[in-house]
Amino acid sequence: MEVLKSDSLPIRTSEDMVSVRTSVRKFATELRFGIVDQTKIVTAASEIARNTLDYGRGGDLRMEALSNGTKRGLRLIFTDRGPGIRDIERALTDGFTSGNGMGLGLGGTRRLMDEFEIASKVNEGTTVTITKWSR
Amino acid sequence: MSTSRIPEILRKHEAALLDDWTREQNQLGDISHRLSEADLRAQSRRFLQLLQEAATRGDAADTDTEAFREVRRFLEEVSASRAALGFSPSETATFVFSFKQPLFNQIRASLPSAEDQLAEIWTATLLLDKLGLYTMETYQKTRESIIARQQEEMLELSTPVVKLWDGVLALPIIGTLDSSRTQTIMENLLEKIVETGSELAIIDITGVPTVDTLTAQHLLKTVTAARLMGAECIISGIRPQIAQTIVHLGVELGDIITKASLADAFRIAMQRTGHVVVRKAATSRL
Ligand SMILES: Nc1ncnc2c1ncn2[C@@H]1O[C@H](COP(=O)(O)OP(=O)(O)OP(=O)(O)O)[C@@H](O)[C@H]1O
Ligand SMILES: [Mg+2]
Repeated sequence: MEVLKSDSLPIRTSEDMVSVRTSVRKFATELRFGIVDQTKIVTAASEIARNTLDYGRGGDLRMEALSNGTKRGLRLIFTDRGPGIRDIERALTDGFTSGNGMGLGLGGTRRLMDEFEIASKVNEGTTVTITKWSR
Repeated sequence: MSTSRIPEILRKHEAALLDDWTREQNQLGDISHRLSEADLRAQSRRFLQLLQEAATRGDAADTDTEAFREVRRFLEEVSASRAALGFSPSETATFVFSFKQPLFNQIRASLPSAEDQLAEIWTATLLLDKLGLYTMETYQKTRESIIARQQEEMLELSTPVVKLWDGVLALPIIGTLDSSRTQTIMENLLEKIVETGSELAIIDITGVPTVDTLTAQHLLKTVTAARLMGAECIISGIRPQIAQTIVHLGVELGDIITKASLADAFRIAMQRTGHVVVRKAATSRL
């Protein structure tokens, strides 16, 4: 697998949410994702970025344009050094929220993307990696 | 410690360098209408001081190091302020590049051996090129963030509630629904519902680029609150890609009426409020 292009963005303020969505959309468009996939990717990015901001006390996003020979892909890696997630299974359960959300962000993102991974350590932070491949 | 003679030259000839440099900058283009002579001179003096400190502490050709942190930070300020003042990228980078000539002249005047001159001029070139490029890059980033902020501000424009018909309100939302303005939008709608005694409100989200869980939650809350005031809501402008995404997210819109377009929603609203819309040509044929 080859990384064709990459970029990083801070997620520290709610204004950063706008740049996250704008930049992710730009990457997705460049990779010639259709409008449905673009919308899915941007929405997923919005979900995870907001978690990074609200629960992870802010962090960073790394965007990678990938090629695996036959397909193009967009990988988004969100990292924070927040409190971490104690029970990942529970966090992924639809309807579970420790704040006052709908508890659909993580589960929904998993359904919107092709690949979904969470690595989290209590008191160290959380990394969520999501990928969408071209059809 | 640096073995280059540049720090020493910067220190010894600070005043002369500053004079030459400000003169050079003025010759390269008239920027006095955006930046006063005094401000330009103050900026230049500060840069000279920081550069001299950094080059003394670190390697003059390696600007990525800790020693150059203050220089980099200062250049970030310069490019941010110039971006805000409407300077072009090249006008912004000229600040650094225009220092080449004065510094080269001073190197030539200060060092007797041609070989030393050459070596130092080479180092100075590397140094100023790197700092100039850094200024360009930060300028670009600043411009991007200014544009993003302007976009954001545009999205924050107030969204007026309009009365479409007796008993029918419409709220066309443009922009993101995840910020603090959501509260205002919602309150406006509820107030208008009470004020006009409307029984139907169409919330049109054609202008909302992304509907994530937070946006959906705000929409649902608005609809619930409107119901408590005795008005039903129709959500219109749900594009196919947004509909698909909402389904994947697992958001349930319950029994809320949704329509693809504002026109469809309006038709339903007319029916619901007991109005009949008939084409004029059709009536006359009766
Ligand atoms: N980066 C993170 N750091 C720490 N905890 C997290 C992080 N991301 C998610 N969580 C935890 O996982 C829970 C579920 O997240 P999820 O995004 O699914 O729902 P939510 O954010 O609570 O609500 P919604 O996304 O529907 O608005 C959160 O309430 C939070 O407790
Ligand atoms: Mg969430």
